[in-house]
Amino acid sequence: MSDIRARQRAYWRATLRLTSVLLLAWAAASFLPGWFAEDLNTFSFYGWPLGFYMAAQGALIIFLVIVWIYDRWMTRLERRYGLHDKD
Amino acid sequence: MTTTPALFRRLGRYYAVYAVGFVCLVIFLAVAEQLGLSPRWIGQIFLFSTIAIYAAIGVMSRTSDVSEYYVAGRRVPALFNGMATAADWMSAASFIGLAGTLYYTGFVGLAFVTGWTGGYVLVALLLAPFLRKFGQFTIPDFLGARYEGHFARVVGVFAGVLASFVYVVAQIYGVGLITSRFIGIEFEIGVFVGLAGILVCSFLGGMRAVTWTQVAQYLILIIAYLVPVAILSYKVTGVPVPQAVYGEVLRDLGVKELELFSEPRENEVRLQYRYRAEEYARKIADLPESLAAERTGQVERVTELRTQGAAAREIAAAERTLRDLPRTPDDARIKWERARQDSLARSVHPPPHAEAHPGADQAAKDSARNNFIALTFVLMVGTAALPHILMRYYTTPSVREARRSVFWSLFFIFLLYVTAPAYAVFAKWEVYSNLIGTDIGSLPGWVASWGKGGLVKIEDINGDGILQLAELTINSDAILLIIPEIAGLPYVVSGLVAAGGLAAALSTADGLLLTISHALSHDLYYKMVNPQASTQRRLVITKSQLLVVAVVAAWVASLRPDSILFMVGLAFSIAASAFFPALVLGIFWKRANKWGAVAGMLAGLGITLYYIVRTHPFFGGSMGDAWFDINPISCGVFGVPVGFIVIAVVSLLTPPPPLEVQALVDFVRMPDQGRNAFEAENRL
Repeated sequence: MSDIRARQRAYWRATLRLTSVLLLAWAAASFLPGWFAEDLNTFSFYGWPLGFYMAAQGALIIFLVIVWIYDRWMTRLERRYGLHDKD
Repeated sequence: MTTTPALFRRLGRYYAVYAVGFVCLVIFLAVAEQLGLSPRWIGQIFLFSTIAIYAAIGVMSRTSDVSEYYVAGRRVPALFNGMATAADWMSAASFIGLAGTLYYTGFVGLAFVTGWTGGYVLVALLLAPFLRKFGQFTIPDFLGARYEGHFARVVGVFAGVLASFVYVVAQIYGVGLITSRFIGIEFEIGVFVGLAGILVCSFLGGMRAVTWTQVAQYLILIIAYLVPVAILSYKVTGVPVPQAVYGEVLRDLGVKELELFSEPRENEVRLQYRYRAEEYARKIADLPESLAAERTGQVERVTELRTQGAAAREIAAAERTLRDLPRTPDDARIKWERARQDSLARSVHPPPHAEAHPGADQAAKDSARNNFIALTFVLMVGTAALPHILMRYYTTPSVREARRSVFWSLFFIFLLYVTAPAYAVFAKWEVYSNLIGTDIGSLPGWVASWGKGGLVKIEDINGDGILQLAELTINSDAILLIIPEIAGLPYVVSGLVAAGGLAAALSTADGLLLTISHALSHDLYYKMVNPQASTQRRLVITKSQLLVVAVVAAWVASLRPDSILFMVGLAFSIAASAFFPALVLGIFWKRANKWGAVAGMLAGLGITLYYIVRTHPFFGGSMGDAWFDINPISCGVFGVPVGFIVIAVVSLLTPPPPLEVQALVDFVRMPDQGRNAFEAENRL
């Protein structure tokens, strides 16, 4: 019983670590390109001004990747701490 | 209760057949159009056949089982829940309005694109898996259990119903707009036709029917969104993947814009608009004499025309102008001020499409930047707090499927949002390069047909017979519907776009109506008024609430409230400031207690509403009172942090929550691990 408690606690700590890292990535992708858009726009990316590209497409792709990584990583964490559903 | 691969395969087969069938219908109608089928018929076939499909799915999925009715039996596979959430999420505003907004605002409008997608990261990381683990029926359910008691639940019901109702009115309004335009019926009747379309899905089968209809609606709306812009992209660049190639077009558009903005005739038109604005300013200053002078002038003109024996049409026009004159000086002040603002806006060139944070000076640029960031933030947090979206994650079979289903939701939403900026750029390119500078006498047919409804306006203010950019107005909501005609595509494409817009509005309205009726019947009636109610009685109550709410919403929509977009923005700020802090802290901070949550929700909501009233002209406020120049649409940017701080402070000042609640928090944090005591106790 105490073993499962310990595993649960460790699992939650790992979840929190992962969540904070990904939230940081989310905040960076959401707000930095918007804040520095004028400077970024001086660069060109396949025709797009970079600032415009980031807000219209780049950030969206990063969001998809974040959610995908979260799903993958959490499934791994469940396995590692033996908390996954066996059926 | 688990998803069997067999169910998944069967669903996949059904929807594949359905999608192919829909594409065949489109091809059939395209051929029929070439053979002479009239546009009116095409529009009607599109709208009625799609509504018939939704109705058929609704009737087939009818149910009288509570779990089926509220959460679709909790066996919707991740992929399909993703599609349903995407349809639930993408409303008439996204489908119809976004491309138009981006057309006019360029970079500034991208806050909507980033904001409405980035919110799903918050849903995935902070809410969806935990709410699914909690596994009841509504969002107030979670608030009620986590913050012990009815107080938090009632605040949740109130904020949820407020946000959802405002939102649903906008959807029904959109349905009325589309049906009245494409099948030529009265707007008010269109609203009630749309209402029938919504009710056939949700009334009989609740969440189960709505889920399967939403998947069908998603397929139609995404096909309808991608096809026209792909054709347009092929026409302009030779590559039918607009998302990948519009960068080049954007660059060319930048060159074109500079050309247009330095053209002498364009500048002359801008100058004339400035004179007109000054004229209005003078008239406003001279009220009430100026109004009286205006009226006598117009009366004289009518009599003069009559005595001269002018054409009847000319006299009628003069009489109409006289009738439309403001009645009182106060009316005149409002009307002329609006006209002055409009002329003033036309007297300057629009900012270049790609320019970030446009502004005349550094202060204006900084304010634009702050507002861009604030709007992005509010839309993200609002997304992660709208009850009709969060509720969808109760329908998956497991926590893992809920997590995966957020990924699919974001993916399916991504397809539309990544295309919207391309839509705007291609539309602008078509207008700037093929329409501006042509002879006003020989404009294409769509200008006249959309002009009748007032959605396209042309005014040759300098009288040179040539269309200048400043002389053309296209209603921002009409841009998407007009694009196929601007590009000279066959009418069947316009019909397809209308069917897509209808699907977007209906699917969102369905989800919202369910949220409202569940909140009223489940949270208010069953949980608080009559916990002994039988299953049957609960469903009867839910269904009758649904009916009442739907009819009231349709009635409000038929009054055509003109501040609908503002109200949708308000819904986001309300949801963000009322729910987000309480939900997130409820999961991630055990120490948060009921006093903190209730105080935080009320404080967040209060600040948000206070800021709106203080700054929005609709409530008599003014931007002069704004904090940091933040526009009222982003008011949640103050409400959310206040909510977090108040919850934290009040919770720390009051006793910690009891052990059962802390056990509940531990429970929702863990992944699927079979059934346990909490679930058994709650008969789930």
